[in-house]
Amino acid sequence: MRAFLDMGGYAAFVWPAYAVTLAVIGLNIVWARRALVRAREEARRRLQMQGEAR
Amino acid sequence: MTWTWFHRLASPPHVYTLAARLTPWFAWPAALCIAAGLWGGLVLAPPDYQQGDGFRILYVHAPSAWMSLMVYMTMAIAAAIGLIWRMKVAHAVAASCAPIGASFTFAALVTGALWGEPMWGTYWEWDPRLTSELILLFLYLGYMGLRAGIEDPQRADRASAVLAIVGVVNVPIIHYSVTWWNSLHQAPSVMRLAKPAMPFAMVAPLLLMLLGFTLLFVALLLTRLRSEVLTRERSASWIREVVSA
Amino acid sequence: MSSPESPAARALAAVATPLASDAQGTRAARSTSALQAARLALLRDLQLAFRKRSQLVQPLAFFAIVTLLFPLAISPELSRLRELAPGVLWVGALLASLLALEFLFRDDAHDGTLEQYALSGQSLTALIFAKTLAHWLLTGLPLALMAPLAALSLGVAGAAVPGIVAAVAVGSVTLSLIGSIGAALTLGIKRSGALLSLLTLPLSLPVLIFGARATQLAIHGTPFLAPLELLGALAVLGITLAPLAAAAAVRISLE
Repeated sequence: MRAFLDMGGYAAFVWPAYAVTLAVIGLNIVWARRALVRAREEARRRLQMQGEAR
Repeated sequence: MTWTWFHRLASPPHVYTLAARLTPWFAWPAALCIAAGLWGGLVLAPPDYQQGDGFRILYVHAPSAWMSLMVYMTMAIAAAIGLIWRMKVAHAVAASCAPIGASFTFAALVTGALWGEPMWGTYWEWDPRLTSELILLFLYLGYMGLRAGIEDPQRADRASAVLAIVGVVNVPIIHYSVTWWNSLHQAPSVMRLAKPAMPFAMVAPLLLMLLGFTLLFVALLLTRLRSEVLTRERSASWIREVVSA
Repeated sequence: MSSPESPAARALAAVATPLASDAQGTRAARSTSALQAARLALLRDLQLAFRKRSQLVQPLAFFAIVTLLFPLAISPELSRLRELAPGVLWVGALLASLLALEFLFRDDAHDGTLEQYALSGQSLTALIFAKTLAHWLLTGLPLALMAPLAALSLGVAGAAVPGIVAAVAVGSVTLSLIGSIGAALTLGIKRSGALLSLLTLPLSLPVLIFGARATQLAIHGTPFLAPLELLGALAVLGITLAPLAAAAAVRISLE
């Protein structure tokens, strides 16, 4: 296990690289979903206001 | 062969529901491929002859770089379609691509730097690929900046479409000139992976990661596309059904 | 605004008036007139620019200051400066031409001339090419003529001067063309300077690379024809494609 984490001495480079990439993937997923939720909220709110305006 | 399916793609409500239905079909296979690729790349693949375990950065660097270019091409093609056929949905696709592409370009640069330090002895190298990648990041940022700077959404769509197309024409020129410039100033890089042939155990995880990232891109694109379509179609009646569902 | 009888006003009127359609002569009249219209637009821009001479000098003054900064910031030793000279010259030229780009379309967009051009039925591409050419004559070419002075101040030998002038002259053509696209895209955006730079600089990098290389070879006295020819190729590519893109961008910005 330790040998695995050590990455043949390159641990200080390999793990941050993987961490950054996985972070980018994760952030993309979070942002995309958040944008969708926000867009739906906005649409719902606007429809409500239109309904009330009548 | 009817073109109905193509014409229907121009209809925002159709696109919205289609995107919603398709997303899981890309998201889950993407997760699987990436998980398998990570396992294969970190555990199963043997260490490289020259670079030892350090070469494993390849499995995140190469897919990121691939994403940065593929997303840009998608963005430019969508922009061109939007400009030529005046399809709003195509512009929405282009807009959705930009943040995805920019973030993976950033990942490619960072992972490239982390690969460079142990292999070349420096975090940054003015090597053609890194330099062109940096320029690509600026192209993305310029595209997003232009979109943000123009208030009228239609004008923003069309102006950024022109920019994306001009950028695409320029990317090979930039890459060529940077390569030429670099060949004047640089001793040949020692970054070579155990050639001639990479064993299957090394290649397979790479292919899995490339596939996984591509599937992920489609899933992300579809999700962002839905937000874009919702935001653009402010007062359309179909939104009511969709939102209350 | 130009006074009614000035050549610039007459040029604008000639360009903006739709051609009378004449069954036989229309096509012939149109194709000659596209060239004439472009010539008129060019002369108009040149004439208007000479009325605001202070504005013309600004990019050149900027270039001079930038070139001055490097010896002060780095070292007054001529041998070191000579090595840096290609980079200094080209970065300075690039930044100076960026500065000048802001007034390529600004005034015409303000007073409605640009809209007249777009609506006139003349080839907007040709008119924009004419404007860009005027811009180059007013900034790129003077920069090319000034570059030897800057180079000499950086310890460059006089024999390198023709090469430097040639490289900057040809390179600045492409810079003006690429800049015209950026300027057209950012028309009307407030405080667009930074965005304009962000858009234009990455696209201008090939010019920078080949131009600096040509300058470097010229300074060392070695033949510099290869990068100069590449600069020429870029310019030709730019002349062919950039006005089209800029015209499309102008139409979009005017909508």
